[in-house]
Amino acid sequence: MFMFEKALAGGRRYWIWLLALCVVIAAGFLFYLRQFSEGLAITGMSRDVSWGIYIAQFTFLVGVAASAVMVVLPYYLHNWRVFGKITILGEFLAVASVSMCMLFILADMGQPTRVLNMILYPAPHSIMFWDMVSLGGYLLLNAVIAHVTLRSEYKDVAPPAWIRPVILLSIPWAISIHTVTAFLYSGLPGRAFWLTAVLAPRFLASAFASGPALLILLCLLIRKFTSFDAGREAVRKLAVIVTYAMLANVFLMLMEVFTAFYSRIPEHLSPFEYMFFGLRGRTSLVPWMWTSAILAAVALILLLVPRLRQSERLLAIACSAVFVSLWIDKGVCLVVCGFIPSPLGAVTEYTPTLPEVSITLGIWAVGFLLVTLFYKITLSVRGRLAPGV
Amino acid sequence: MNVTRKGFLRITGMCFAVAGARKASGAIGEKLTFPRTAKRWGMAIDVGKCLQKEGCTKCIEACHKAHNVPTFRDARHEIKWIWKTGYEEAFAVEGRVYAPAALQGKLLPFLCNHCDDPPCTRVCPTGATWKREDGIVMMDWHRCIGCRYCVAACPYGSRSFNWMDPRPGIAVLNPDYPTRTKGVVEKCTFCEERLARSLQPACVEVCPAKALVFGDLGDSHSPLRELLRARYSVRRKPELGTAPSVFYIV
Repeated sequence: MFMFEKALAGGRRYWIWLLALCVVIAAGFLFYLRQFSEGLAITGMSRDVSWGIYIAQFTFLVGVAASAVMVVLPYYLHNWRVFGKITILGEFLAVASVSMCMLFILADMGQPTRVLNMILYPAPHSIMFWDMVSLGGYLLLNAVIAHVTLRSEYKDVAPPAWIRPVILLSIPWAISIHTVTAFLYSGLPGRAFWLTAVLAPRFLASAFASGPALLILLCLLIRKFTSFDAGREAVRKLAVIVTYAMLANVFLMLMEVFTAFYSRIPEHLSPFEYMFFGLRGRTSLVPWMWTSAILAAVALILLLVPRLRQSERLLAIACSAVFVSLWIDKGVCLVVCGFIPSPLGAVTEYTPTLPEVSITLGIWAVGFLLVTLFYKITLSVRGRLAPGV
Repeated sequence: MNVTRKGFLRITGMCFAVAGARKASGAIGEKLTFPRTAKRWGMAIDVGKCLQKEGCTKCIEACHKAHNVPTFRDARHEIKWIWKTGYEEAFAVEGRVYAPAALQGKLLPFLCNHCDDPPCTRVCPTGATWKREDGIVMMDWHRCIGCRYCVAACPYGSRSFNWMDPRPGIAVLNPDYPTRTKGVVEKCTFCEERLARSLQPACVEVCPAKALVFGDLGDSHSPLRELLRARYSVRRKPELGTAPSVFYIV
């Protein structure tokens, strides 16, 4: 029914890859069982830094999910035919990302068995309520769109007419998920690091850089291992999107840096000082943030010079640099630095523990597993897989 | 023994009478003078009086004992309803450079501010924390899902999360107050359970310097309002617009 049988036939390499992912997932799950019985004390989080790598991954992956709009919008609104082959890859990537987001939220909860209280006692004054609504809706939209369009391809018929308005709805919806996620942070009065109107635009810019960068890497990988080619033109257009989005992201980040360092208001300045130079001798995030900054610079040079961008090897390096740079920025620093210094001026550092890292890797592996299965089904339907791959 | 019906009823009635009398005398023993309700509960902390007894932690001990607040050695997992912090740290904006010599490096008690416009209740996705009509910011430990959004939202660091089962950290259990479970957030409730019995909060009652004054902010003739009229007081981070109900008389 869901064409799942297509995912059950594959070569040696396919099964080894799936097995490897399952091992990582199992390890994460075992650690999660420990966290479930002992509590979040087994993580590196504390009274002062009360959100850590789980919520940071959630935030980063909402961006990856939202970025599907960067292939859907040009294809459906501007008739960029070159994206015809990859829109579905973007939608499936969104489904996998939102699934990871939900798992990260669940992993972060102190009382996960009470999660339904969010629905039993809905609280529209809480941004988290709207985040649940927008993420749930986005998951549903993309799952339906990807399934219906792929099924039509499978049956060799045109997609039903009703799916087009659903696809169009998914475009503003994608913008909304990341805007609402930014509002989770930017609406809190006591956390000056997040209290900035530019947070939502910055989230969107970094999302539209990191998501398509990942999609380019996936397209290049797929072409290496299968006979499916997204097309040079599609990859080239995606690269242009990554370039503009990354430029916008760096620009907005520099706006933040200017405001903090020139105004010198302590609450705004301190988190940035901690991030780039360390505060009161505490410097554990400094190497991370500079790595992110250097990678961003390298990526921009590679992307901005057309001659370099056209080389697919250099493009792959640029896209990896974009992805890692933005992962550090959003998947590590953004959440943690909001808590440093604490409301009482303490500089408490945060280092994730082994169980925490293992649970995080496990959830990422779930995402990779979903992407693998979805892409395998898609490519099988399109008959683009040599037997045994 | 031969008990007639009349005799049985007489003995039963006497038992009830004795029990009732004991209850009544017990209630008289407790100070019934404090009003049970208020328009908006609030507190003033007379810093000068508090500092007369430097190093005193009676308010913390009384509160944490009354509410089964656990003690953990690792500061990362600390639970605290009322605690002492340096004046300069808590009043970062005003203090730091020119703090009065009498206040420099001095520790003062801090607790939930029971804000008039609390960010913590605004962000709670389940209504597990809310503001009562009398101003008390309450917690429902059975509804809390442990997302810690309220911890991120509180600008004062007044909320604690149970990173592990708190029960092993409770030295002497108070059977009259619930314990919490791992994975929920907790904080000061202005002793709403004592207010319901016409008792002042435990910290106020136990303070040897009488530095904590509790009362009705909504009643312009209340002793608390008289005090705030007479003396200069500050609140923490007033620029955020949360309007704390806890005032520091400096």
